[in-house]
Amino acid sequence: MSRFEYAPAPESRAIVDIKSSYGLFINGAFTDATDGKPFKTVSPASEEVLAEVSEAGPADVDKAVRAARRAFERVWGPMAGRDRAKYLFRIARLIQERSRELAVLESLDNGKPIRESRDVDIPLVAAHFFYYAGWADKLEYAGAGEHPQPWGVAGQVIPWNFPMLMLAWKIAPALAAGNTVVLKPAETTPLTALAFAEICQQADLPPGVVNIVTGAGRTGQALVEHWGVDKVAFTGSTEVGRSIAKAVAGSDKKVTLELGGKAANIVFEDAPIDQTIEGIVNGIFFNQGHVCCAGSRLLVQESVYDEVLARLKRRMGTLRVGDPLDKNTDIGAINSSAQLAKIRELSQIGEDEGAERWSPDCELPAEGFWFPPTVFTGVSQAHRIAREEIFGPVLSVLTFRTPAEAVEKANNTPFGLSAGIWTEKGSRILWMANQLRAGVVWANTFNRFDPASPFGGYKESGYGREGGRHGLEAYLAH
Amino acid sequence: MRKTYKLYIGGAFPRSESGRSYVVNDAKGKFLANASQASRKDARDAVVAARKAFGGWSGKTAYNRGQVLYRIAEVMEGRHDQFSAEVAASEGLSAAKARAIVDASIDRWVWYAGWADKLAQVVGSSNPVAGPYFDFSLPEATGVIAVLAPQDSSLLGLTSVIAPAIVSGNTVVAVSSFERPLPAVTLGEVMATSDLPGGVVNLLTGSASEIGPWLASHLDVNAIDLCGIEDPDEARDLEAAAAENLKRVRRPAEEDWSASPGLSRLTQYLELKTVWHPIGV
Repeated sequence: MSRFEYAPAPESRAIVDIKSSYGLFINGAFTDATDGKPFKTVSPASEEVLAEVSEAGPADVDKAVRAARRAFERVWGPMAGRDRAKYLFRIARLIQERSRELAVLESLDNGKPIRESRDVDIPLVAAHFFYYAGWADKLEYAGAGEHPQPWGVAGQVIPWNFPMLMLAWKIAPALAAGNTVVLKPAETTPLTALAFAEICQQADLPPGVVNIVTGAGRTGQALVEHWGVDKVAFTGSTEVGRSIAKAVAGSDKKVTLELGGKAANIVFEDAPIDQTIEGIVNGIFFNQGHVCCAGSRLLVQESVYDEVLARLKRRMGTLRVGDPLDKNTDIGAINSSAQLAKIRELSQIGEDEGAERWSPDCELPAEGFWFPPTVFTGVSQAHRIAREEIFGPVLSVLTFRTPAEAVEKANNTPFGLSAGIWTEKGSRILWMANQLRAGVVWANTFNRFDPASPFGGYKESGYGREGGRHGLEAYLAH
Repeated sequence: MRKTYKLYIGGAFPRSESGRSYVVNDAKGKFLANASQASRKDARDAVVAARKAFGGWSGKTAYNRGQVLYRIAEVMEGRHDQFSAEVAASEGLSAAKARAIVDASIDRWVWYAGWADKLAQVVGSSNPVAGPYFDFSLPEATGVIAVLAPQDSSLLGLTSVIAPAIVSGNTVVAVSSFERPLPAVTLGEVMATSDLPGGVVNLLTGSASEIGPWLASHLDVNAIDLCGIEDPDEARDLEAAAAENLKRVRRPAEEDWSASPGLSRLTQYLELKTVWHPIGV
């Protein structure tokens, strides 16, 4: 198929002002780490070093937790809900005002297309703060009894795939409920969290209410295991989630975990084909497939398999892979060399186990971390690419004949985060939605998110919900 | 005629496959009965039975599940004297106090029975998302729940931990109080004659310390209630074992079984499912 040629349309990065080095944000001020070495954060699209960031050691984490405790006891806990709400509204407004800058910063540090950070991530960040701001003075209606109380200090650890959006999912409900926060952003994507620290300063948020400690796994471990943390919230891999669940065993800490997934995206023969192809593409290639709820297992009814595959491949041929700051880009950079290695390894295993691999012709930039959109056919349920989370732009295709078979295959996984259904038949949608053991079911759509909509998994995809009234409940004692 | 106290697994009353039994005394130390001492194999059989029953039970209408729980209360009422005698002997209570415990237990079944078709309205929601989508959230059962029942409260406590798990569609493997197992066995006999499908509740008599680790580490168990574990170190180890497949864990806590239960045990064993669909012409 012939391709449209597009002139580059890069978003200017002049709008961001990245410092050469950043300290930790503790008790309202940026401070040097006392016991860790600085590390570098790079742009995955160019491998250019963006900034040097401090690694928080146990002593720094301790300082942050103590600051959060003081702020909880003296300021934030006793504050009237309506006043907490005003701070959250102010934060939401500041995010809107700085949205273009934050979008560029996110795309630089994470590698995601600017179209996505500009149109999805950052607007949702602001929306989350608006949504939970409104809850702060209505907690008695949240379903946690007439006198709901915050837990105290929340220790929160977030992933690199939606850095600022995950920050918003964690911080907004925690603060609305009256908790204070120590948050650790992912090692490879700390910059928007540090920009958020600045926003907290601009909002005159009382010192210690939000603390940001940068670092890698050890920093996160020190945080979740700290005795002064009352509530742990983690989004990331099932493996780390498991170790957190073990680490808090026997303590009084409350935990919510949002972990991995291997979602089935199920296409019936009567599905609206154009929307379905767009939905499949959005399901697996959105955010380079770095999405815990990605529709990474495509289940297609046998009777339409040939047509769906042909049209999917044709559509994949039009996807534009490249500069995240180019407004035409559909697929950006893989977030890190480690993640790229993992995607390559699992894809190689897919080939070795006998599945057939296909990618469109696409030229990948010489610098940076890149992986072409990829589809595997001839995949069986026993293949590792059908069972393990690849967390990249790699789709495994399986087939089915009957709805019952689709359900059985879809549920044949230890995960249970999300699922997709494509059919024009209403009763079948509702029947399927009933049968699927997954926390989010998208019917004739995929990868939709909203602050009012609870999100979270069944089984080994974790426990607890984020978003909506249910997301607030996780931060209230009841 | 004296009764043989057996396990209740998959709707049948087997003895322990291990062939073991143990002496159950009353509160004053006088012999009451020999109870089956459930083993690891019995626990695994019970999990298989519970998993097999899950699809059918969780797939019934809420109205139907409520009716079945209500039926359990009715059948218990017919065995009031037997329950009272067992509770009095096991817990060392006066006849009047034991009768009050049985009354409260029956009331608790009725209370939970009524929740079956109200839960989704209270904890579910329709979500006003910023776009042309209908978006709703519904509670669903978590799956197979292991319950290490309270050691002290042999009937009211047991009822208070099983009823909230099954009313929403979960299935249960429960280990009764070790020293006070007789009301649990009789409750199994009530369930067997109350239209409760076999396998929805499986009752094991024996030691929670012995069987607990097998249930906590079992990969086909989705959640565990540790309320019958009194040693904090043991509870910590069970919680750590349960992390292997991310079981939902209810930690042991001070409980007042006579108090109004609230929703926390009901909601503990629920998953929330959110469904999106576009709105358009």
